[in-house]
Amino acid sequence: MKQGTSPQAILRQSISFAPTFDAWREAVRPLLSAAAHPATIDLADTASGVSDSLFAFSARNSVSESTPVHVPRSFIERAKIVACHRSADRWNLLYRILFRLQSDRNLMKLDVDDDIAEFRRLEHQVKRDLHKMHAFVRFRKVEDETGVHYIAWYEPAHHVLALAAPFFAERFAIMQWAILTPDASVNWDPDEKRLTFGTGVPRERAPVTDDFEALWRTYYSSIFNPARTNLHAMRSEMPVRYWKNLPEIDSLPRLLTEAEGRVEAMLARQPKVTAASFLPSERSLPILQQSIHTCQGCELYRCATQPVFGAGPSTARMMFVGEQPGDEEDRAGKPFIGPAGRLLDTLLAEAEIDRSSVYVTNAVKHFKFTERGKRRLHENPRASEIFACRPWLLAELEAVHPELVVCLGATASKSLFGPNFGLMRDRGKILSSPYAERVIATLHPSAILRATDPERAAQMRSMLVADLRLASATLGAKA
Amino acid sequence: MMTVQQKLAILADAAKYDASCASSGSKRAGNGKGIGHSDGTGICHSYTPDGRCVSLLKILLTNYCTYDCVFCVNRVSSDIPRARFTPVEVVNLTLDFYRRNYIEGLFLSSGIIQSPDYTMEQVIEIARSLREDHAFGGYIHLKAIAGASPALIERAGSFADRLSANIELPTQQDLVQLAPEKKVKVIEGTMNQITERKAEIDEDRHRHRSAPRFAPAGQSTQMVVGATATSDRQILSTASHLYDSYKLRRIYFSSFSPFPLGDARLPQAAPPLVREHRLYQADWLMRYYGFTAAELTTDQQPNLSLQKDPKLTWAEAHPEFFPVDVNAGSREALLRVPGIGYRNVSRILRIRRYHRLSLDDLRKLNVRVKVAEKYLIAADHLPTVPNLAHLIAVDSPKPVQAVQLDLFAGISAFSGQL
Repeated sequence: MKQGTSPQAILRQSISFAPTFDAWREAVRPLLSAAAHPATIDLADTASGVSDSLFAFSARNSVSESTPVHVPRSFIERAKIVACHRSADRWNLLYRILFRLQSDRNLMKLDVDDDIAEFRRLEHQVKRDLHKMHAFVRFRKVEDETGVHYIAWYEPAHHVLALAAPFFAERFAIMQWAILTPDASVNWDPDEKRLTFGTGVPRERAPVTDDFEALWRTYYSSIFNPARTNLHAMRSEMPVRYWKNLPEIDSLPRLLTEAEGRVEAMLARQPKVTAASFLPSERSLPILQQSIHTCQGCELYRCATQPVFGAGPSTARMMFVGEQPGDEEDRAGKPFIGPAGRLLDTLLAEAEIDRSSVYVTNAVKHFKFTERGKRRLHENPRASEIFACRPWLLAELEAVHPELVVCLGATASKSLFGPNFGLMRDRGKILSSPYAERVIATLHPSAILRATDPERAAQMRSMLVADLRLASATLGAKA
Repeated sequence: MMTVQQKLAILADAAKYDASCASSGSKRAGNGKGIGHSDGTGICHSYTPDGRCVSLLKILLTNYCTYDCVFCVNRVSSDIPRARFTPVEVVNLTLDFYRRNYIEGLFLSSGIIQSPDYTMEQVIEIARSLREDHAFGGYIHLKAIAGASPALIERAGSFADRLSANIELPTQQDLVQLAPEKKVKVIEGTMNQITERKAEIDEDRHRHRSAPRFAPAGQSTQMVVGATATSDRQILSTASHLYDSYKLRRIYFSSFSPFPLGDARLPQAAPPLVREHRLYQADWLMRYYGFTAAELTTDQQPNLSLQKDPKLTWAEAHPEFFPVDVNAGSREALLRVPGIGYRNVSRILRIRRYHRLSLDDLRKLNVRVKVAEKYLIAADHLPTVPNLAHLIAVDSPKPVQAVQLDLFAGISAFSGQL
């Protein structure tokens, strides 16, 4: 497979030409028809400055044109791209491949051949540089008496300006724009629809800023997610050598120093934990009841006297879930013993449910209150607190495994059905949840106690009793 | 009154959780009247320090939202600063960024304001203005608001290169838990409208090329991963269903990312980014390598391995499939060899018509030979004996005692038979 130049120097014939693909073509045409072996030829363009003018002479005079040559179109198209590479050896490589193509027509398809592999490598690098140029050129707007101009300063790795210009001509056809590079420059005239190439321009000639870049930096900083910082990926896609001409990179050091702090701030503002990490491995009621005293799943443990766990037989067929312990419950450590608990007892009796046979508990296990003088006023638990406490409720459900759960009030219902549960819409229906086969949601007895309008209170009372009767009937019917 | 810059900071920040950034798949020549064209390949104009590309101006029209999706930073119950762009502001921002070659175009999404239809109309108006008032030829990706009326979806598709309706979460159950207003049926209904409308228009364009275009770059969707306990097996099965049913171009997996004022219902730590990466690998295997969703995980192992890529995992579990001869194996078989990529399979098939490939040749093609050599036969290479040992183990009724094999013992390296 290996085909290269011979190691010892045969006296190589140096050929010099202008650094363009067409000049190379002119230079090699006679060599090829004379079947001049690549090992005897050294092709160098005038820009590379390595050719020795003493040995350089026109190839056209030295060889006779005889053999018909084979130059596949696919080679020409790709060679034009390789010719834009900065590698000084590209001209010899191109000739070597062209020479070998005369006897091996399938050579271009042999990716594993050393010459072809090198050809592909150069081709790939030029194409990538071209693509990056399409991406990383940044125009700056300049207004003067001749109109609005968009001017960019750019430093491509290879000679890709001529390859890239048509892209910008199509994209910004109605704008007057120019791209300046150290080697060459190009202007677009939107009226004539014409590209004009010129010589290289020093950086100082390019505009230094554009007012709009502040907005662009704002966007760049805001679209970046500090929780996923990955500089390695950034560098591999946007190599550092491009950075100096990108206005957004100015924000980079600030973004990086702030990233860690921003993530920490994000996390700090998130509720830290739920009760899940405080649950014991054994989930029987007595063990759960002991363990709950250590719970710090939310902040409520700080102010409450003690957690209030559920109460009732572990074999109960019916379980009542309230909202949270009240003032009396908090002091005694037992659920439903205050005013609401007493009302519940009355209502249960009315609905002919035996209070001693049911299990009662709350969605939130600590009392949440605000102090008003000597009184501690009940305060609604927040969604985060309900969810932080939920693992205890689920553990109780698992341990008791009731046939029917009655949710008293919105908090208990939301704990089982999610935040969008509409209590007044769905109360008094036999529902099902992943945690219990039958669930009935109804009002909390304290809602009746709090109601100021006696008529409304009576109405709510009858609703609650009706729902309790439904609960009783459901279990009765099942039994 | 907020400045455009302040709004941009808020509404770009709110949009960053949507992973989609592609600007490819749509060709549009410059029209001579306005700025912009698409050459079909997509261009990433910058990269942010999270390694993601900046291709489009990705913003929300507004981050006010009436929905309460737990995983979303813009949910109604979230206590974040809110802002709303006017259509003219978005249009000018897009054009000014585009003229300076910062972006390929616009990716516009929005929180749900008033109703899906109202929101969709606002989003469409911006795309219409860009295309009709400014003859803008750049790329436009619009979020198809799930549940918007078919007439609006059709109008959106006439201006946009790509539409996307986000599936959000892998299963209906996840949605019930975390995005109570969203329903799989509604989201897939919108996807279906896009698919059907696109099929009709593409057929029209087949007959006469002047027929109007409809979302030439197709549709994509996004799925948030790790916000619920749903397994990779379930996620891949949903992905496969979506690709088959709605001809999606891409599914973006977005690893759930912590954001300010999260909700206690969400896991506290973000799932490892490796998981997201593995899902993309699996997604690629399904789309380009001929794997089916069910092959990549098992009921016993419903999640992809975080240590090994899914192709290698599959290969290790299916020794009977290997070795594959690079000089004779079918495309389908070569695609399954770990360490050989999609493009290299095509190159191997092309080269081997003229040349028998050796391990060294494969190295030149940048095949990961260290990984691949156990699974392939090349002109100068057979997998080492220990890898054939399993054949003996599988074939013989009794397990063969583990002994050091002797190179000169009476064993055929080809068949593994004693």
